[in-house]
Amino acid sequence: MKNSTAIEFRQVNKWFGKLHVLRDFSLKIDPGEVVVVCGPSGSGKSTLIRCVNRLEPIQSGEIIVLGESITQPGVNLSSLRARVGIVFQSFNLFPHMTALENIMLAPVKVRGLTRDEAEKTARALLERVGIPEKANNYPANLSGGQQQRVAIARALAMQPAIMLFDEPTSALDPEMINEVLDVMTDLAKEGMTMIVITHEMGFAKRVARRIVFMDEGQVIEEGGPDSFFDAPKFDRTRQFLSKILSH
Amino acid sequence: MLDFGVVLSNFKFLIVQGFLGVGSFGGGTLRLAIPAIVLGFLLGIFIGLARLANVAWIRFPATIYVEFFRGVPLVMVIFWFWFIIPQLLQLPIPEYGVALTAFVIFEAAYFGEIVRAGVQSVPRGQAEAATAVGLRGSQTLRFVVLPQALRNMIPSLVTQIIVLFKDTSLASIIGYVDLTKAAQIVNNREIRPFELYLFIAVVYWICTYSMSRYARRLERRLAHA
Ligand SMILES: Nc1ncnc2c1ncn2[C@@H]1O[C@H](COP(=O)(O)OP(=O)(O)OP(=O)(O)O)[C@@H](O)[C@H]1O
Ligand SMILES: [Mg+2]
Repeated sequence: MKNSTAIEFRQVNKWFGKLHVLRDFSLKIDPGEVVVVCGPSGSGKSTLIRCVNRLEPIQSGEIIVLGESITQPGVNLSSLRARVGIVFQSFNLFPHMTALENIMLAPVKVRGLTRDEAEKTARALLERVGIPEKANNYPANLSGGQQQRVAIARALAMQPAIMLFDEPTSALDPEMINEVLDVMTDLAKEGMTMIVITHEMGFAKRVARRIVFMDEGQVIEEGGPDSFFDAPKFDRTRQFLSKILSH
Repeated sequence: MLDFGVVLSNFKFLIVQGFLGVGSFGGGTLRLAIPAIVLGFLLGIFIGLARLANVAWIRFPATIYVEFFRGVPLVMVIFWFWFIIPQLLQLPIPEYGVALTAFVIFEAAYFGEIVRAGVQSVPRGQAEAATAVGLRGSQTLRFVVLPQALRNMIPSLVTQIIVLFKDTSLASIIGYVDLTKAAQIVNNREIRPFELYLFIAVVYWICTYSMSRYARRLERRLAHA
């Protein structure tokens, strides 16, 4: 790809009514880069990534995804969303469809694959996230970790260039967290561009190229894992880190 | 003494004509109830979805429609269509047409509310996840939201269908010969009210009871647990 930037936020401002959630937010993310975003509750992390595939509109500024401004009118939202996958904290699998059907839906309806092609891809993806034997299970019959892995497979089925993760492990029991983080680590190694909101600092240290600490809709501090954890520059970062690392 | 001979000797009139409404005969409970349920529900889907529209000029008329028809008695709606519409259109409308129109329009308000509640019972994350994988709004509705909404709607939908089914007896006030009216006609001749009205009560009950049994089975089949 010719663009040297995968995602760029330029002076983004976002309000919910009177609440100013993103304030002149600026950030550049390179292709293949893994960026972990952390910050206190309500600081605007979820809102930030939801703006990248236009689940939320912004009021001013610009967001450029894969060389194309997505905040102009007339953007093809369907093709944008195919290139940007998102994984939610609460999985949001479709409960009336099996794991396989969850993964096949968008490839058939949006990409126009035949059912056979889509099923082949879906089975390969289930293999990749480590649960090929669960293809015909409904979400109610999957553990949280398995559901989240199906959700990742569902997003990957659209062959996105970018993956966004919104606290993908915070609804999981501790013993299931690693199975999901492992899948994400593999994705990162394969060169996927990723924004990951998480408080799993072990994952951040191992996988992230950069860590962004945000508060009140702004970047407070950013840096590589070494400098970020060992020598944070700002008090607010230090306080935050001591809070989440202490338990 | 009870003598159910009166039922047997009028069985064909009561069941084939009054209940089923088959043949060239102009009445029938089922002939009215089935299309009223199907059409009322289809109209109800549009009204329910319109109530949830983001755009005020779609939402507003739907709200007025629902609030209005839920606020007036069904008998009155039937009378309007019986007396007023033929005058406005300057042409006679048969009882069947009047009754069917009145039921569809009236019941759509109730079905609309059921559809609205059903759609709202689907968590927001569902539509969001569908949007996020690239589905258009209509695809999200059709493949993700409505199937789940429909399942959640089954209990209240069945209650409403049962109410509607029994309410078709109100069509007899404009001379439509449904099961109730047929029993009344026979009774005027034979004076056997107890046997006749007990019999039609049993017919109504068998129908409504099988509906709720079927609904329970359907609910169980659609629960993916
Ligand atoms: N749809 C919405 N309407 C109104 N306010 C909202 C909406 N979504 C989020 N907010 C508010 O915007 C602020 C930022 O929310 P956001 O979900 O982005 O925070 P967050 O950093 O992801 O927090 P958490 O760690 O708790 O998930 C919060 O104050 C929240 O209450
Ligand atoms: Mg959040």
